[in-house]
Amino acid sequence: MTSSQVIDMQSSTAAATKEVPLWKQDGAEPFLKIENVTKMFGEFTAVDNVSLNIYKNELFCLLGGSGSGKSTLLRMLAGFESPTSGRILIDGVDMAGIQPWKRPVNMMFQSYALFPHLSVADNVAFGLKREGVGRSEVKKRVAEMLDMVQLGHLGKRKPNQLSGGQRQRVALARSLIKRPKLLLLDEPLGALDKKLREETQFELINIQEELGVTFVVVTHDQEEAMTLASRIGVMNNGVIVQTDEPHDVYEYPNSRFVAEFVGSVNLFEGQVIQDEPDSVRISSVEAGATLYVNHGISCSPDQVVHVAIRPEKITISHNRPNQSENCLQGEIEEIAYMGSLSVFKVRLPSGKEVRVTQPNFTRDMGERFTWNDKVFLFWDEDSSVVLTV
Amino acid sequence: MSISTGSAWVDGSSALMKRYNIFRSINWGKAAVVAVPGLWLAIFFFIPFLVVFKISLSETAIAVPPYTSLLEWDLEEAYVTFKMNLGNYLYLIEDAFYLDAYLSSIKIAGVSTFFALIVAFPIAYLIARSEGSTRGLLLALVILPFWTSFLLRVYAWMGFLKKNGIVNEFLLSTGLIDQPLTMLQTDFAVYIGIVYTYLPFMVLPLYSALEKMDVTLLEAAEDLGCPPVKGFFLITLPQVIPGIIAGCMLVFIPAVGEFVIPALLGGSDTLMIGRVLWDEFFLNRDWPMASAVAIVMLVVLVLPIMLIRNGQGKSEEAI
Repeated sequence: MTSSQVIDMQSSTAAATKEVPLWKQDGAEPFLKIENVTKMFGEFTAVDNVSLNIYKNELFCLLGGSGSGKSTLLRMLAGFESPTSGRILIDGVDMAGIQPWKRPVNMMFQSYALFPHLSVADNVAFGLKREGVGRSEVKKRVAEMLDMVQLGHLGKRKPNQLSGGQRQRVALARSLIKRPKLLLLDEPLGALDKKLREETQFELINIQEELGVTFVVVTHDQEEAMTLASRIGVMNNGVIVQTDEPHDVYEYPNSRFVAEFVGSVNLFEGQVIQDEPDSVRISSVEAGATLYVNHGISCSPDQVVHVAIRPEKITISHNRPNQSENCLQGEIEEIAYMGSLSVFKVRLPSGKEVRVTQPNFTRDMGERFTWNDKVFLFWDEDSSVVLTV
Repeated sequence: MSISTGSAWVDGSSALMKRYNIFRSINWGKAAVVAVPGLWLAIFFFIPFLVVFKISLSETAIAVPPYTSLLEWDLEEAYVTFKMNLGNYLYLIEDAFYLDAYLSSIKIAGVSTFFALIVAFPIAYLIARSEGSTRGLLLALVILPFWTSFLLRVYAWMGFLKKNGIVNEFLLSTGLIDQPLTMLQTDFAVYIGIVYTYLPFMVLPLYSALEKMDVTLLEAAEDLGCPPVKGFFLITLPQVIPGIIAGCMLVFIPAVGEFVIPALLGGSDTLMIGRVLWDEFFLNRDWPMASAVAIVMLVVLVLPIMLIRNGQGKSEEAI
């Protein structure tokens, strides 16, 4: 995963269309409230005392690796699992003891879980029919929904006569037809190939905005989370370690775990030698240089911290730059040409390997550097972040 | 002259080459693989069927074997007679006894199949939904009865069902009844025998169909507002129809021709075609009639099965 592929699309559109998002307003009532929820399976704690507020019309992503507890949390929202302790409130109603078939929630399953013996139209109509909606009404709404996902012409097909992308749309249509207040999506794009995934991502966002449904998406794919989400909750070992907008999760990770899980990052261990309110100076043996970061941290003197710098924020050059701080020297060990960008692995004298990506501005960009070249790596003071945990 | 013969020789050889190529184009390995089961079916199914069919067209004779030959050779007059007797088949239609026996067999087999399905479904469901090691144990328990002789198990049921058998003793001791029930030598005993004996044949296909089913489908149904009981009928049942059909055929077909169970557990009025067949062969020594009964039974069974299979194939194509 190269970080320049991570496009922070959502926050730019949000800035253009919205004033202050609900989660930044004081006293805004959350639509979904998760209060101190814990789920144990025997001795194993899958979800550990999680509290989370999700607001109306949000597209919230739970991002985590396998076993992080994100799916268990989602299944508790759907009602397939019940919390060992804690409460879940949807639109102010406590969900304890409310069966899955009575919740104002629908779910889009990872495997889509389309009923193989029913046609596409019958799959989509399934939820409405259980509600006892009249036949003509069902027909009308199914047609509308299929048109919305651009499958109006395939209503008579069986699921196994569809392509992966088409199945995904059927699953989406089926989960939206009951007009749920909350839609849960379990790895919604996981089974699609890369091209299709990109198209579908934007469609999902459009549909979400059009219908005004609150989405909670579970994914292990940080790229998916970045493009889809209004906010991301990064989960690890049953705990939400950071909840922020995609931009902030990427640019201001609050821990080494988040920095490394979301995108790729270079971490340098070092000691704080100068601690000002709005800047920190760190001496790092690993980096072989003094690192200067222009944001303050709360730490004790001489504390060991990590400086995180993303590969795309580092400049690589044969010539010594006009800065002594945030400037490393090393030798190119590996070069990978990836078309839009080149990836360099540079070995520092301390043995530390630094990953640098450079966009290929010109056609010969990749040829300027070769193996074993002695190079300088440097970055701006506002490019890196200091992590205390 | 010599030139033309030369060209003829060349033509001839190229024709030969072509033939040789055709000869080469047959994939002998493939053919051999198909030939083995083909040969097996021919020797053990098709040829015996033809023999039985042939016998059904002959007449009884006091001879060894006890029927006449279809072809008669008169060597002196150089005369071959082919004689075919359709009387056995006509008699099957004329005598209501045979029709009754067929219908009664189909009824008994049908009722037994139905109850086998009712009993087997929960068992198969439990096995399919249980965890790995328990599942293996339960499956083994289903198959375990096959390790003892089938005849022995039917005799065991006689011990259960007879007048002073275990079931009656138990019911008498609990005071539920004050007279022993007559269970042995009734149709009831036959039903029990057939359901018990053929239960594994119903459980296994149902199990494999249920096990194949994606359980998240049921969660999806619940999520869409469908309570579990309804989900069973709307989602589970339609998915296991192939298993139900397979299980029913595996029970119904052998049950129709069942002989041992009605003979041992059934009464004198339990009419089944298997017993009629036995009587024709061994009591009446009327091999042609017995063969005709067997052939008609086969046709009666094969036709609906072929129709079902055809329908199934089509519906699978549609899916």
